[in-house]
Amino acid sequence: MELQDKVIKLVSEATKMDAANISLNTSFVDDLNLDSLDMVELMMKMEDEFGVEIPEDETENLKSIGDIVAYLKSKSH
Amino acid sequence: MKLNRVAVTGMGAMCGLGNSLDEVWANALLGKSGVSTIERQNTEGWPVTFGGEIKNFKLNPELMDLKDQDRFDLFNQYALHCTDEALRNSKLLEANYAPEKIGIIFGTGLGGFPHIESNHKIFLEKGARRVSPFFIPSVIPNMPEGLVSIKWGFKGINFAIASACASSAHAIGIAATEIMLGRQDAMLTGGTEGVMTGYTIAGFASMKALSKRNDEPHRASRPYDIDRDGFVMGEGAGILVLENYEKAKSRGAKIFAEIVGFGASSDANHITAPHPEGLGALVCMQQTLEMAGIKKEEVGYINAHGTSTPLGDAAETGAIKKVFGDHAYKLAVSSTKSMTGHLLGAAGGLESIFCIKALETGMLPPTINLENQDPSCDLYYVPNKAEKRDIKYALNNSFGFGGTNSSTLFKKPE
Repeated sequence: MELQDKVIKLVSEATKMDAANISLNTSFVDDLNLDSLDMVELMMKMEDEFGVEIPEDETENLKSIGDIVAYLKSKSH
Repeated sequence: MKLNRVAVTGMGAMCGLGNSLDEVWANALLGKSGVSTIERQNTEGWPVTFGGEIKNFKLNPELMDLKDQDRFDLFNQYALHCTDEALRNSKLLEANYAPEKIGIIFGTGLGGFPHIESNHKIFLEKGARRVSPFFIPSVIPNMPEGLVSIKWGFKGINFAIASACASSAHAIGIAATEIMLGRQDAMLTGGTEGVMTGYTIAGFASMKALSKRNDEPHRASRPYDIDRDGFVMGEGAGILVLENYEKAKSRGAKIFAEIVGFGASSDANHITAPHPEGLGALVCMQQTLEMAGIKKEEVGYINAHGTSTPLGDAAETGAIKKVFGDHAYKLAVSSTKSMTGHLLGAAGGLESIFCIKALETGMLPPTINLENQDPSCDLYYVPNKAEKRDIKYALNNSFGFGGTNSSTLFKKPE
């Protein structure tokens, strides 16, 4: 599975939103209605799934699915 | 100062006997046991493997979305489920009270123990960074009130009462007082508890408080029986809608009962054991009767605390005899914990509802498993079969660790 699809699957499971409605442009706050606690929980799941550590000041820049995918890609190189 | 009268206009209940008030009450009158082997978790290594476990419960996603159902511990979900039922049968949402005049006071003895246990495991195994941001909101004892206020927009008084197994009885008394004083027009009250987990059971078992009848769960809770060997843990909720009596009447609400007395006292004796002569229980029953201003002979039924512990059942029986004298042998006493197990902080909520249903239907729920009555418990406990008896007043007793006591008196509406 592509990285992008993995991220969408994880977000879909965490938010109980249909994966078909989630794309690279989907915003966590505007589209998925996530609050700061939701975001902390989601970042924990990302860290577990992809074996990375996402520093707190970094998470403030991760506003959409695309931001996460780009961040994870940057970490894998 | 003239106090407002307080009506009970709605009820919702769930426990091992069922997930709705109708189901719970029907099974109680049939004398069924809601106690069974625990299925929700693997109980290997647990000293006690049974309880009044709720089966087949799934919260309506309209009350809490699926994502939050993964996050919020069970006592929150039970409170939402039973509040919804109580609101529906009270039709409170059709009344036009100001949101600021509708308050919420529930009782919870322990709170989110299951999530404390699971997060602690994560903390030890994976470290602090993996403890859920929803851990604290999920387990704090007042979150059911928070969730109910958010869901239905009630903006009045909002807090939890913690007095162990007397929590929801105290909550009902204090909620009624809010209406008596005119500070609120309507109150959601009662209590909720959901701690059916190894951690909790281990703690109670170490105290030697629990029955160990693992091979016969349905026969384990046997108040007043000579072979009783401790309480059986239950879970669930009992939620009531209270209203200013005159306002409820003028909106045409169905009034199930009136709350006419409330008493509360301390044993000042021991952290967990009841006062041997039930002195604290005696004081709070007397206070309750005094507040109501009725003759003790008018009380027809007592839903006892009756937890099925050797000391507790005898001490409460002694207190009832001191308060009621000869009338103690004429009124009916029963312990519905024989069927539901002990709902801890939610017990007073559920058992107040049993008192109200007894007033409404003229049927008294039994004490089951009463096969060989202990001579030190010599009252009439409605053994094994429900009984038809028209009563005018019903008293609920609830006592808690810390030596805290509560009694509430319900009156059949005229």
